[in-house]
Order: sequence, then C-alpha cells, then structure tokens
Amino acid sequence: MAEPILRLESLRKNFGGLRVTDDVSLEIQPGEVHAIIGPNGAGKTTLLNEISGLVPVDAGHIRFEGTDITGTPAHHRARLGIARSFQITSIIPGFSVQENVTLAVQARSGSSFRFLWPAASERRLEEAAEDALEQVGLSVRARQPAGTLSHGEKRSLELAITLALQPKLLLLDEPMAGTGRGEGERLIETLRTLKGRFTFLLVEHDMRAVFALADRITVLVYGRVIAAGTPDEIRANAEVRNAYLGEEAA
Amino acid sequence: MTEPKSSARADRFAITLPLALFIVLALMPLLAHYLPGERYVIGLFARVMIFAIAAISLDLILGYGGLVSFGHAAFLGLGAYAVGITAAHGITDVTVVLPVALAAAALFALATGAIAMRTRGVYFIMITLAFGQMAYYTATSLSQYGGDDGLRLAARSTVLGLPVLADSRGFYFAVLAALVVVYLLCRMIVASRFGRVLRAARENPVRTETMGYNVHAFRLTAYVISGCICAIAGFLLANQNSFVSPAYMSWQRSGELIVMVILGGMGSLHGAVLGSLVYLLLEELLSGFTEHWKVIFGPLLVLVVLFARGGLMGLFGGGRRG
Repeated sequence: MAEPILRLESLRKNFGGLRVTDDVSLEIQPGEVHAIIGPNGAGKTTLLNEISGLVPVDAGHIRFEGTDITGTPAHHRARLGIARSFQITSIIPGFSVQENVTLAVQARSGSSFRFLWPAASERRLEEAAEDALEQVGLSVRARQPAGTLSHGEKRSLELAITLALQPKLLLLDEPMAGTGRGEGERLIETLRTLKGRFTFLLVEHDMRAVFALADRITVLVYGRVIAAGTPDEIRANAEVRNAYLGEEAA
Repeated sequence: MTEPKSSARADRFAITLPLALFIVLALMPLLAHYLPGERYVIGLFARVMIFAIAAISLDLILGYGGLVSFGHAAFLGLGAYAVGITAAHGITDVTVVLPVALAAAALFALATGAIAMRTRGVYFIMITLAFGQMAYYTATSLSQYGGDDGLRLAARSTVLGLPVLADSRGFYFAVLAALVVVYLLCRMIVASRFGRVLRAARENPVRTETMGYNVHAFRLTAYVISGCICAIAGFLLANQNSFVSPAYMSWQRSGELIVMVILGGMGSLHGAVLGSLVYLLLEELLSGFTEHWKVIFGPLLVLVVLFARGGLMGLFGGGRRG
C-alpha cells in the first residue's frame, strides 16, 4: 500500500473529565472513502475538529502526507489541502451562492491581501466557482443570497465550497443530516461521482450513504475505535452490531 | 437579509445617496454665502466632514469586520497630538506631520489590535475601551504638551510651506477632498479580495478560517487601516480648532462615533457620512433650544434604533442587512 495521506497516531483528547478521543489511530489511503460511524456522543465531530485544527489534541500525532501537522493552525491546514464541511451547515449567508464558492476559489489562487482591485471583476475566480456549482447542480441558484437556499441546497453549496478548495482530503461531517429522501439520494449520487478524484473522510449516521460510498469503515464508541474494516467486515462484526448497527443492518 | 427585489433599489441608492451628499457638501460654501453666519456654517460642515471620516474608518471594521471598537477616539487623539507635538517642536508642514500621525496610529493599532483580537464580542469592546482610556490618561499626563489643559496651536499646518489651510474655505475644500478620497478608498477596499475575506469573516469566521484564510491577520490589517484613516480625521480636527486636548480621546467620543455609524446605518460607508451629518446638526440645532438637549436627543436615537433597523439608511431600503 502507498503512503497514507492521513495518519492519526494515538490521539487523545479530554473535555474536562470526559475522554472524547481515546487512543485513536487510523490511516487513510489516497483516493479512499473512509467512513467513521458510531452512536451520538462517540466523538466523531471532535475527531474531525482535531484533524482540521479547530480543536487542539492533548496527546498523539496527526500526519498529513507524512508531515506532522499536530500543532499547525486551521487556516494553514486548509492551505495544505484539508477541506471540511460542517454538521450544522456552515456557509456565508449574506453572500450570494456564487460568491460563497468564489471565496473558496480565491483562497487557493494568489494572495488575498489585495486592497484596491474589485474582486468581483476577476473572471478566473468566477469561472472556477461556476464549475463547482455546476458539479453539485446549483448553477440556477448562483445569484441568490445563500441564506435563502433550502436546507438540502445549503448542503450542496457546502459541498461546492469544499470542492472549490481543490483539497487533497475532504472531511465531511454528516453531509446527509436533515436532507429529505430525494435530496439525500441526489447527494449520494454526487458524492459517488466524486469518488476516486478526492480522498474522503466521512462522518455519517445514514447507513445507506455509508454502505453505498465507503471503502473502509471505522467504528467509534465513547472515543475509542472498536472496529475497523471493509463494509462487509463491519456488517458482520458482532460487537459493532451490538453497540451500534442493531439487527436491521444484518 | 435583503430580498432580491429591494436589493436593486438599494444598489441604485448606494450610488445616488453618496453622490447627493457630496454634491451638497461641495456646494455648501456657496449656500452659506446666503445664510447668516457664513463662517460658522462653513466651520460646522467642515466639522461634520471630519467626523464623517472618523465614522467611515469605524464603519470599515464595525460594519464590514464585525469588530466593535469602543476606543476609536484614541486614533482621533493620536492624529491630533501628532499635529500638536510636532508643532511644539516647530514642525508644521503636512508632508511631515501627516506621515507622523499615520505612523503613530499604525503602531498603536498594531500593538493594541494584536492583543484585542485575541478576544471576541463583549471582551473586545472592553479591551478596546481600556486601550482608549490608556491613551487618554497618557495624553493628560503629557505635562510638557499641556497635560489636562491641552495644547494651543499657533497656526494651522502648511502644505509645502503654503498656508493653504489657513483660510476657512481652503480648509473646507481640503477636508472635503480628504473625505471623498477616504470614502472611495474604503469603497475599493470593501469590494477587493481583502474586503471579501473581511466580510466573510464577519458572518462566519470558522468557515472562513477553514477555507484557508488567517482571519486574525485580515482583521488586524483592517484595524490598522481603520486606525490610520481615523488619525487623518484627528489631524484635521486639531487643525480646525487650532487646539489639541485629551478630550479628543475620551470614551464618550468613542461612543459618539459608534452612535454616528449605527444612526446612519452600518456597513454602507455613506451611512457613516449621513450619521455624522445628522448627529452633529441635531446636536447643534437642539442645543440652540435648550441646554438639556440630550433629553430630546436620547429618545430620538432610541426611536431610530427601534423603528429604522439598519439606521437611517434602512429607511431608504439601503444599508446592511440583518
């Protein structure tokens, strides 16, 4: 196997007396879709926050493409190629849909310490943003204020933002959360078309999505990894079924 | 949140209102000729424009950056003291005095901003207030430069040795030119790449950070720019009054600047101009009726905040949304 793109080594994190990340180690290979599942409060979002640099870890190491980024600030990790979406939709509501994505494009094309030239006249940025909106099927909404989108459309916009960053690793925190059945199907379809072009670390409760997309699955319970393997292995794992999946998945 | 319908109207308004304001201000010396107390009217409107520059500088970080600085009068004072202190040493030309004012403001903004930006919300307000008060008390303790009593200037600053600012009309048009330049400069800044990141970080700093922007650096830069612009207002204020005093830096003055921005409408820049115009004219008008003018002025402000969300600009369908 190739050098892993992301490697977590014995990560630990306490919130007061609560151990939310307990000796978590995992590796993600380039091009892989890696899903993290587990019951509420298992520390899945915290783990994503640790990887994206929003929450410092107490112990352990995070390596991205072989480099130790454990102490690197969040904005710098984003520049290295780690993008993320949030469980609670995180967009710029007062910007137009297009400008949300343009802002992301701008982040990876030259300095933003430019003060006099009107940003809206930079065709190159706008075109790249239009492409990203096209990919998630939001082109018709481009001129609309992002805050007026439906919930499902906001999820798609967030995906467009992360795509526009052209990251090496995408951290998706419950992209399916709160989407209607039709919207969910569409989102799974979009993610499937992106598979192979990006590396994904996906936190998701929706088992349809997880088993449709994931190459490997890690199961987190109370901050600990209780199992890791292919979807078939996880489905067959008795401990996982007990702790989380329940009988329906069998 | 603006509905798409009203945003077209707001866009048109964003051009016509500042244009109308600047035309009125440009014609004011002509109009004043037919009014009683010509010199007084010109002086009043020069003062309005000076405060408009200060209010615009505050709007840049408050309206677009979401940073409520409650110590902005410190920059007004820094600009003014740059004039007073250099004058005390015999230096009175703009080409030296203005760069000194800008450098002092930039340094102060960099040092205090780097610390203040570590906090958020109410703590940011408190810490900028604290730094403002530090500047105030430092000024009162400058006994060799007048201390509490302040410092009288022998003459206004010269421009390349020429007394251009000495005449009240010359001064008026210099202030108007400064206001227009500052306004256009800030317009360009908020529409630039830098301004886009600043506006995004106001609405959602975490999202902006995780896109790869060092939000702290962008905010600090905006704070320094804002401080420098406010120092220009301070420079002009000292010249207008031929007087410099610690009162320029008082926290009440910082509060007045915030009121001007909110009264006019945050996040539009010309709202700040409108706000300082209405604020200072009302103050002038009401204090003519009674010395207890604040009893009338206070409730008026409350009414504007209650019924015109988005300030006076909101009444016209412009200004910042939500």
